[in-house]
Amino acid sequence: MTMTITHHPDVSTLMCCSAGSQPEACAAVIASHLAVCPQCRAEVRRMQKIGVALFEKLEPESVAVPPPVVKLRAAEADDVETSKPCVLSAGEIPQFLVSCVGPCLDGMTWEPVARGIWTHAIALSPGACGDLRLLKVAPGGSFPEHGHVGWELTLVLRGSYSDEFGTFLAGDVADLDEDARHHPVACPNAGCICLMASEHKPPLFGGADRQK
Amino acid sequence: MADLLQRVAANGDVEAFKALFEAYAPRVKSYMLRQGADAATAEELAQETLLAVWRKAALYSDEKGSATTWIFTIARNLRIDRLRKEVVWQPLPENNDERPSEDPSPEEDLSERERAERVRAMLSELPPDQSEVVNLAFIEGLSHSEIATRLDLPLGTVKSRMRLAYQKIRDALEDLR
Ligand SMILES: [Zn+2]
Repeated sequence: MTMTITHHPDVSTLMCCSAGSQPEACAAVIASHLAVCPQCRAEVRRMQKIGVALFEKLEPESVAVPPPVVKLRAAEADDVETSKPCVLSAGEIPQFLVSCVGPCLDGMTWEPVARGIWTHAIALSPGACGDLRLLKVAPGGSFPEHGHVGWELTLVLRGSYSDEFGTFLAGDVADLDEDARHHPVACPNAGCICLMASEHKPPLFGGADRQK
Repeated sequence: MADLLQRVAANGDVEAFKALFEAYAPRVKSYMLRQGADAATAEELAQETLLAVWRKAALYSDEKGSATTWIFTIARNLRIDRLRKEVVWQPLPENNDERPSEDPSPEEDLSERERAERVRAMLSELPPDQSEVVNLAFIEGLSHSEIATRLDLPLGTVKSRMRLAYQKIRDALEDLR
């Protein structure tokens, strides 16, 4: 799939991704962007050298003996887990989300939130902070202008939207700070479907999730 | 280290594995302690990381980076899975499209080592405020908002310190091209 990506996550967000230190909801959006963005993949690989260099500098701690050979042999019997392929499927849903939301954006169930806005909440691990959801906005639909109480990361999966920061097409990421205010409007022809991670569940969705 | 890993992959070489264990397990334990694990859990995760290295050795190829990078990634992912109890969205380094498909030539190997050297040198030259945020992210496993809380700084300040630190490292790597 070829995409023209013009909006990338902030460098500090990619660093937390490389460090493995970002919250799960954030990691899901970044992993989905990395699947379609060779430029950010290259940055993350460069950043990995930072982690490795710091790791090498750690003071070693004494460790008990290595596992006995029987345990090694037993471990071999375990299936070597196949690493989840991190690619966007043809159906625009990041491969690793298919198990949560199904294979196709058109076949999903959507909860209505407001006129022309639907959502599909994605469960996070118990105890994980933040909120992860898909968001669908009808052609030309818009959100009222709003601010943010925490970070918010949005990846466009289909269509596009425009706001004060520019126009975001499929593959683009909006990496918003808590002080950002914007008034997003979906593409008048195609509307917009995005994957959105936020530090706190936006108040708009409180009602929709309760209906389940 | 890469050849030890390849011996484990090719022949299930227990001696090679022991050497890898001695080289890496103590540092993995140290990493887990810094990430907030207690001593018993850190020990267990160090053992588990190396056991995963044994099991997955066949998946390693030096095109995926140095042995240390690969083992560090396994440790990092195990920490997300076990200490944060969250889903690991970032898999092991893949055979990426940006890498040349041919075997790396000796010069490229050298420059890979040189690049690692540059990163180490630049990290030690960072101003303390930048070095602090980088350490908190990579070694203590804090996200940028957790770092902001820990240091009682605005999120924007944490982000800009991280950006400045990375820009220096990136510039240092850029020179090598
Ligand atoms: Zn990108």
